[in-house]
Amino acid sequence: MTALADDARPRLARGVRLQEDKARGGFVLLAPERVLHANGTAVEVLRLCVDERRRIAAEVAALLTDLAAKRMVEL
Amino acid sequence: MTIAPPPLAPPLGLLAELTHRCPLACPYCSNPLDLERRSAELDTATWLRVFDEAAALGVLQLHLSGGEPASRPDLVALVGGAAKAGLYTNLITSGIGLDRARLDGLAAAGLDHVQLSVQHVREDEADRIAGYRGAHAKKRAFARELAAAGLPLTINAVIHRANIDAVEALVAEAVTLGARRIEVAHAQYYGWGLKNRAALMPTAAQAAAARASVERLREELRGAIVIDYVAADHFGRFPKPCMSGWGRRSLNVNPAGRVLPCHAAETIPGLSFWNVQDRSLKEIWEQSPAFNAFRGTDWMREPCASCARKDIDFGGCRCQALALTGDAANTDPVCVYSPARARVAAAVEEAQGGAADLAYRRYQPAPAA
Repeated sequence: MTALADDARPRLARGVRLQEDKARGGFVLLAPERVLHANGTAVEVLRLCVDERRRIAAEVAALLTDLAAKRMVEL
Repeated sequence: MTIAPPPLAPPLGLLAELTHRCPLACPYCSNPLDLERRSAELDTATWLRVFDEAAALGVLQLHLSGGEPASRPDLVALVGGAAKAGLYTNLITSGIGLDRARLDGLAAAGLDHVQLSVQHVREDEADRIAGYRGAHAKKRAFARELAAAGLPLTINAVIHRANIDAVEALVAEAVTLGARRIEVAHAQYYGWGLKNRAALMPTAAQAAAARASVERLREELRGAIVIDYVAADHFGRFPKPCMSGWGRRSLNVNPAGRVLPCHAAETIPGLSFWNVQDRSLKEIWEQSPAFNAFRGTDWMREPCASCARKDIDFGGCRCQALALTGDAANTDPVCVYSPARARVAAAVEEAQGGAADLAYRRYQPAPAA
């Protein structure tokens, strides 16, 4: 079973791509025989697996802190 | 006042049959009985234009298939053009004819993923099914080169009577070869598969055992390998949603440039297939009579027309309706609601105890001059 540690730095596997879908709008995650339409939240998370490679715990904390600042999450 | 029909959704996938030439001779090949010759194949520039048009139309994934796509000397250039167009590129190969230098070229050109066919886990049986001595050893060597080149791998295992009892070993072999994914797909009975049905069709008990094995292995191997399973529809209650609906999500371009809604569409009489040499892909997708013949649900007869499942399975497979009932517009006879359901049972029964001899996929002899 795959476990995700707090300090893991996930990245997209080779053969998996996050790409803009110009014809339909939005972003898609492309993998062998799979096309997953990513919603806005998923795109933000997946971008961090492509570009910045931040650590999971830090990233989740940053996202929740940001939402708390907007009074959308109570800490 | 008339209401305009909803705009046609663009296709997601394009299967490019770059060539029908292939070193293997698998008796369940999805190519038609009447194979295209090299002289009829599209040139490099035309394929590259098709890939650009596909991306502009909304295609996301390109499947480079054949025949054996490596039979095309311009394969690296074709992958490069497709990648530049922004397409996700998937190479479907026998693994024969691609050495390490060419693989590195493909990887550098932007190839995303490779699907490798495997016929059995035993070399003698694998080579017999493929009709090519030494095929299996070459495939194993190819998988090692692929891993060294860093390219992700899916194993394609078409299953039938001659290898269905080895389904668990095939999954284990895929793991050993470093695959992330395996497609275990029952042979489909059109073209070459239909010709060889008596030698290929498993029993209902074998099909049930294979399904149970796959379900168990999916759990056991979760996180190690993904197992996709294409069911044996002859033993099911409802038909497969063939191509996820005719002209709905994908298109095939054959080696000569004719654009087909599915591999076997040319078996259906009376359909006219437009060619990329004469028209744009967009025009063909939207207006070709062959694509519009069975698009949506208006073409359906009973029992499909009033069925609650018509948007789930789209009436099943047109080519199977043709092969087993003689009319492509009938309900796929696999369906329990089809009045022709008995023909499926008859086909299964007829195949049992049938010949073990395989009619290998070959070019027909050239007509006398």
